[in-house]
Amino acid sequence: MVQAVLSHSLSRALLRTLAIGMLAFAIFGPITNMLLWAVAEVWYFPHKLLLEYGFVFWERVFRPEGNATEALFSSVWIAVLTVVVSLAIAIPAGYALARGKMPFRYLVMLLFLLPQAFPAVAVHMNVARTFYGLDLNGSVAGVVLVHASQGLVFAVWIATAAFAAVDGELEAAARNMGAGRWRTFVDVTLPLALPGIMASAIFVFLISMDEFTGTYFVGAPEVVTLPMLLFTSSMEGNYQIASISSLILLVPSVGFMLVIERFLKADVLANVGN
Amino acid sequence: MSGHSMSVGPGRMGAIMLVAPALLMIGFLFLYPFGYSVISAFTDNGEGSWHLSNFVKAVEFYSKDILFTIAIVTIATALIGILAVAIAGYLTLGENKIAITVLKWLYRWPLFIPFIVSAQLMRTFLAKNGMMNNLLTSSGIIELLAAQSYLDWRGIVITFVWKQTPFVALLVAGAMASIDRTTIDAGRIFGASRLRILIELVVPQIATTLMVGLILSYVVMLSVLSVPLMINAQSPTMLTVDMAWRINSYGDYGVANALGIMSYLFTGVVAWFYLRQSLKDKRA
Repeated sequence: MVQAVLSHSLSRALLRTLAIGMLAFAIFGPITNMLLWAVAEVWYFPHKLLLEYGFVFWERVFRPEGNATEALFSSVWIAVLTVVVSLAIAIPAGYALARGKMPFRYLVMLLFLLPQAFPAVAVHMNVARTFYGLDLNGSVAGVVLVHASQGLVFAVWIATAAFAAVDGELEAAARNMGAGRWRTFVDVTLPLALPGIMASAIFVFLISMDEFTGTYFVGAPEVVTLPMLLFTSSMEGNYQIASISSLILLVPSVGFMLVIERFLKADVLANVGN
Repeated sequence: MSGHSMSVGPGRMGAIMLVAPALLMIGFLFLYPFGYSVISAFTDNGEGSWHLSNFVKAVEFYSKDILFTIAIVTIATALIGILAVAIAGYLTLGENKIAITVLKWLYRWPLFIPFIVSAQLMRTFLAKNGMMNNLLTSSGIIELLAAQSYLDWRGIVITFVWKQTPFVALLVAGAMASIDRTTIDAGRIFGASRLRILIELVVPQIATTLMVGLILSYVVMLSVLSVPLMINAQSPTMLTVDMAWRINSYGDYGVANALGIMSYLFTGVVAWFYLRQSLKDKRA
């Protein structure tokens, strides 16, 4: 009897370990495979492991004029500009949606969600067409606009939630003490909403860093961001450069995973979309 | 005088002015191109009378890919649903603390990995000399020479499931954590197995959250260009690849937009289901 229970619980533990082991392989297998390619110099079928490894490709892509260095700089530059544009638009909008007497507020909030609700490719190819007429195709400005439009729903919704979480009594107190509307906003409301605004900035930065479809239609071939470099080198069969670009793109994403909970507080999170 | 007597927020006009730039952006970069895509699909690039010849051509050339796209997103959505419920279910009902901790740490990783990177990871992982085949041949499940590349429809499904399951699992686990534990305890007292408790007691209570997560994933899968482009761009492939091809190789906006309208319709169908369900929930 005792033996039967023991062997039952033992087989359960074995099953559990096996299931978790398989999940770990499914999740980390592809990542490990990419890491191997990032240091591979010679590797072909049917060899299971690298034939030669080293950092030759790293040197090649990270030279001052190497293509990864250039792509990384243009990606970061575009992402920074996208954050600036998004915040310039989202902060006033979020403030008005949280505090103002906005007519049709619910519909307006929903409107920002629309670009996420339709397949992006079908829309972006027509944006590219419009941009041809405006000479924005293949320009950084065009790419920034497309990236900002994709991040807008997150920027506006999170900013709205952040402003809504600010205690209205504090603003009223500042006003009662004679501070003007602008002064109240700059000295009281904005600093209190800042962690939420930072979270939306990080969100938008990452969306821009990782964006592919819009850049593919609007920016290529003139604007080469990291995702575009990854794509073209992978299609040419240059898995080393593609894997090194992947690895660079993973750094901000994983960093984000580690810090997001610090910025996006529960009281803001509970308000998103309201 | 109460603290709220002096209004702190902007008035009606002020609010409209503050939101205006954001609305302009949506109008210029979404509503206008969206409207154009509809007009272009039913005309000759926006000129002349309305007709359906773009759709006739689209079906003629790409009927296989239309079915292929529906099959891929349907299979992937179903798999994501099953895996997400399994993961979230174990996090909620599991009894082994170590296993729960490990699982919690493990399952989220792909959530933060961009689609284009996921596609590249799978391009190497699922290839003929990738680690997937290494595992299968080393463990003796298949012969080395029988190793094949998985970079076809299976690769697309695997990549989508790998990338989207954590997102749905995260939502569902959150919903499961906040349901009423008494029903679960009651089920336990009556001796129901954990699988039965999960399927019959827990899942019905989080069905709406599960549906929202699956619908969002479904739309994302219909939108993503990089995954089908990098895993399998040869026919049969997904409509996103066909649209890009139609434009880059032929400058044919008519047929490309006709395909685009079809992809709007695919998402429209699930949006309709969702709205119907949420109306029902509200009435209940």
